[in-house]
Amino acid sequence: MKDDQPLEIQKKQYKQMVDGVRPRPALARNVFRAFVVGGLIALIGQFLINFYQGRGLPLTEAGAAASATLVFLAALLTGLGIYDEIARFAGAGSIVPITGFANSMVAPAMEYRGEGLVLGVGARLFTIAGPVLVFGIVTAWAAALLYYFFR
Amino acid sequence: MPAAKKNGQQTVWFQNPPVIVATATIVGAKEGQGPLGHTFDKVVEDGYYGEKTWERGERRMLAEVMQTAVSRANLQPQNIDFLLAGDLLNQIISANFTARDLGIPFIGLYGACSTMYESMALGAMLIDGGYAENVLVGVSSHNSTAERQYRYPTEQGVQRPLHAQWTVTGAAAAVLSRQGTGPVITHATIGKVIDLGQGDPNDMGAAMAPAAADTMARHLADTARQPEYYDLFVTGDLGVYGRELALQLMRQKGYDISTRFNDCGVMIFSPEQDAHAGGSGCACSGVVTCGYLLQEVRAGRLKRFFGLGTGALLSPVSTMQGETVPGIAHGVVIEGR
Amino acid sequence: MLFLKAFIVGGLFCVVAQLLMDLTSYKVTPAHVLVGFVTGGAVLSAVGLYQPLVNWAGAGATVPLTGFGHLLAQGAIGGVQQKGVLGAFSGGLAAASAGIAAAVVFGYLAALAFRPKG
Repeated sequence: MKDDQPLEIQKKQYKQMVDGVRPRPALARNVFRAFVVGGLIALIGQFLINFYQGRGLPLTEAGAAASATLVFLAALLTGLGIYDEIARFAGAGSIVPITGFANSMVAPAMEYRGEGLVLGVGARLFTIAGPVLVFGIVTAWAAALLYYFFR
Repeated sequence: MPAAKKNGQQTVWFQNPPVIVATATIVGAKEGQGPLGHTFDKVVEDGYYGEKTWERGERRMLAEVMQTAVSRANLQPQNIDFLLAGDLLNQIISANFTARDLGIPFIGLYGACSTMYESMALGAMLIDGGYAENVLVGVSSHNSTAERQYRYPTEQGVQRPLHAQWTVTGAAAAVLSRQGTGPVITHATIGKVIDLGQGDPNDMGAAMAPAAADTMARHLADTARQPEYYDLFVTGDLGVYGRELALQLMRQKGYDISTRFNDCGVMIFSPEQDAHAGGSGCACSGVVTCGYLLQEVRAGRLKRFFGLGTGALLSPVSTMQGETVPGIAHGVVIEGR
Repeated sequence: MLFLKAFIVGGLFCVVAQLLMDLTSYKVTPAHVLVGFVTGGAVLSAVGLYQPLVNWAGAGATVPLTGFGHLLAQGAIGGVQQKGVLGAFSGGLAAASAGIAAAVVFGYLAALAFRPKG
């Protein structure tokens, strides 16, 4: 790469150089770990649903109870500093389940405890959960309206 | 007319090379377990360092190394003409708040992770220019304060890519004096901000390598020296892959420094420590320079090296707005005396 | 058998997300993956594809965040059926309320109870 070349050409050449040096993610390993951990969390969820159903809850309520339990466990593991270690190993396997959603609420909230209960904990709980709720609610609302007018 | 003490475009030389009369370092637990662990003055196991927040812990480290360096130089704070310091946190609060407690005339600096070398270069200029007898320079960084500002909260479950680096927890300080004994600073090369279009906030090495190579090549051209003149070229925190990129860029500029080139970020952690591409942060070049490198110079095992602080000049806002990451590198020549 | 299906389907959702993160630009962050999965789940649910998957794989389909989107969409559609347009606003959150409230309450308590290790 010669310095007297136009910047755009230098950038292009440099990008090729970076692509040649930068390590590729260990895709097969990452995918395998994500599959196993994500599957295990779903499996635990299924055990919980069956457990709550056995206690006499109807399926919908058993599902809600199972979700709440998973959220509780994820909050606990995040507080103990274990969840981020699991995620280092599992990647998306611990991000996509509802436990990852809980982790994304607890982690910033506890970390910004020093900035106070309102603007620290209260606001930061929704750093990632906020966007998730916004897009989920808007999509669901739009789907319901389409259903209402066009069914 | 060119300035009297300037060589070429970007390099200044010192008529009476300022002396690094004293240094001090503190690091966190992970750095203490690394290959250079024994070269640091103190290893702090608790990330909070007994304070309420990580930010306060970082400040306590910075204040402590500054006080230690001043007392090792057999000076009092009132003997110090200027304090030059910086860190990574927004509005450089670590340096500002530490300066509040020290009572030394203070110039706050921000050069991202290049701040240690930026402050050494400016401190040497103040002394050789006749504006100061003693200058205190110092930097700090903290993995937990930096990660949550620039990336994610520490407890958030994310998988760091292999080219990501690990912000070093620690602080370093040095006292530069017009006279005394110790290694001296003979030249400084002030870098230009260079951006070759890299945008990944996890890949600081790729963003900074062009700036590092540019400053190294510029220094050699300005001083009309060959790479063999130096025992070592050492960059601040390019990491494993950034170091490789800088080597390739230097080769394209016509310099082969492969036998005499290392990076503080590569040196501070071993591959088993799961720091991926290596260390980063102001303290990375700070503690390795004020610890290991200057010890080697004092012991005579290293005669002369060109050290560079490398900085990635991004902010969380610029990243979210899709901007690329500009890099900078400032270098100083340190010689044993 | 339901357990095996839950494991496989739950795992496969995570595989898709892992591929999204590893093979696309650094601009796709975990936040984008979570938002994408909720939105995708709600869309799949609205076109009638997600409920069969829930029937087949149980928690394998409800535990990933797509299940959360499904819950929101089914709630909103159910709301519309019962209460008209107002139900599109109230139904989604009502259906997902247990999970959301649990996350807020436990998140708040955890933030009070624990100090991050760093």
